[in-house]
Amino acid sequence: METLLNRYRNITVLLLVIFAQLVLIAVQVRNDQDVRMVRVWSITAITPLARVLEAIRGGASGFFQNYILMHDARADNRRLQGELDRLKMENQFLKTEISTADRAKALVAFQQHTQSRTMAARVIAAGAGANSKVVFLDRGSGSGVEKGMAVVTPDGIVGKVIAAYPTASEVMLVTDPEFAAGVVSQKNHVVGTLKGQGQSACKVDYVPSEEKVEVGENFYTSGDDRIFPKGFPVGVVRVVRPGSPYQEVLVEPTGLQHGVEAVLIVLEGVHQAIPEVPPANAPVYLGTPPPPAPGEQPIQPTGLVGTDADRLLQKYRQIGAAENHKFGEGGPGAKPPDFNIKVPPPAAGEPATSQSPAAEPASGRAGERANSPSAAAEKKAAPVAGDVHRTPKPANPVAPSPARPLAGSVPPGQSPPQ
Amino acid sequence: MTEYGDRYLVGNQREQVSRFRARVMLAVPLAAILFQVYVPRFLEFLGYLELPLLVTIYFALMRRSQIGGLFIGAFIGLAQDSLSIKQPLGMFGIVKTLVGYFAASVGLRIDVEHSVIRFLLTFFFYFFHQFLYWVLARGLLGRQIPFEIQLTLVLGLLNAVVGVTLFHFLDKLREPA
Repeated sequence: METLLNRYRNITVLLLVIFAQLVLIAVQVRNDQDVRMVRVWSITAITPLARVLEAIRGGASGFFQNYILMHDARADNRRLQGELDRLKMENQFLKTEISTADRAKALVAFQQHTQSRTMAARVIAAGAGANSKVVFLDRGSGSGVEKGMAVVTPDGIVGKVIAAYPTASEVMLVTDPEFAAGVVSQKNHVVGTLKGQGQSACKVDYVPSEEKVEVGENFYTSGDDRIFPKGFPVGVVRVVRPGSPYQEVLVEPTGLQHGVEAVLIVLEGVHQAIPEVPPANAPVYLGTPPPPAPGEQPIQPTGLVGTDADRLLQKYRQIGAAENHKFGEGGPGAKPPDFNIKVPPPAAGEPATSQSPAAEPASGRAGERANSPSAAAEKKAAPVAGDVHRTPKPANPVAPSPARPLAGSVPPGQSPPQ
Repeated sequence: MTEYGDRYLVGNQREQVSRFRARVMLAVPLAAILFQVYVPRFLEFLGYLELPLLVTIYFALMRRSQIGGLFIGAFIGLAQDSLSIKQPLGMFGIVKTLVGYFAASVGLRIDVEHSVIRFLLTFFFYFFHQFLYWVLARGLLGRQIPFEIQLTLVLGLLNAVVGVTLFHFLDKLREPA
């Protein structure tokens, strides 16, 4: 140290003297803002250095912090990715469980509903062949399964048992080329033979060309094969091609649409009826209106009329009420009511006409049976106001049949008598 | 300049180092400063003479000591600052410190007894003095003063002429070897 100072003694002294004088200047001089130059110089000298140091510190700190954060982010990313994968698998598992539970529930419901004696079984394996349409069930001869038994699901037939082992059984699916079953169409009861093709669709053979089979129509088992009881759903017609002497009908089996997991083995089959095709304009059931709450007035029909016939009918009723005439009473030759008297129009908000007590129940339930077939049949059987046109007295055009009150034949909301 | 170089040069020119009495070392600079601050009040054109600078150059050259030269320059400069109104202490001090240091450094290496050398050195250090003062005034004080090169060069020549004469006179004040 001493050698160093001796070596640079002159320049050191020079720098010290100059520095001392610089300090002297700095202490004396003030700048335009009346700040001593020593402060200005100090700040000017220090701040760039501090800025550089801060930049270095911030950069280093940011670098390490970002690095650490990135490191953590990568770790978090890996952890979250793993958690996402786990949740995906769990979600898929739960979906499968829900689907399985739904199928099991449907299977139990079907098992309780059907008249045939069945036994639930699960598919435990599939056939080893590439084009194999064979599955193995977890029920075998030990459970009472025998060769030739039908295997179904609530959606449709699945196949038939071709081998029964002590603890398992082998089932040929409906799509197997060697599979065959008697089927009948739902609409026109066209009989054919369902055969597998090794594909997803099956073929219905021996359907004469003159028979009518529609696309979208359902086929059911006919019971002719002594394997499948009659009335089990088979599939939906997808393709119909004309041919001679038999037309080509392709059916998509409904029993295999959602995969095969849980099935029913038909131990003792009972034939059941093939459900009828629902009519296009099937009646809609309308429930009874809710009872009025305490203190609430029941809803009365307003008696609003729309057509001229309605107004004429209303007018005749008012005339009859004014003259104390009951339509339908009185034999031939009796005095008819005077239809020329003036009747004041009903007040607003009042019912247009008073209905007879006998008509009340009928009018109250008429709405719920408006579209039902029984209501239509009843309407046919009951005489209506239109029947008065066939009476021998043209002066009494609204004379109803004595078997049914006039008011009851015109329920609110229904077309008035013609 | 390293210590080894200084010792080598000093050893070779030890016999050329001029020595002055202490009262001369004090009186001459004071006289130069008094002349600088007093005479121009009556003879304004003499204000262009930088006698303190010339004295600094002379003692630094002749003493051939860098530390001695810088202290002489610092002393004369601070004294000049202290007698100058509106001049912060240190401005002339810094400038003359550097001039004394570099003048002594030059005096260690060349023969400064020759008049032409003295003339050139005086001219150069006057220009260096003026330029350094201008730089410090702008840099440290923020004063926007102009630097007139031609005037500075002319005044440098004038001061060099006066300096050669002054140096010849001051040589008489040296102690005999």
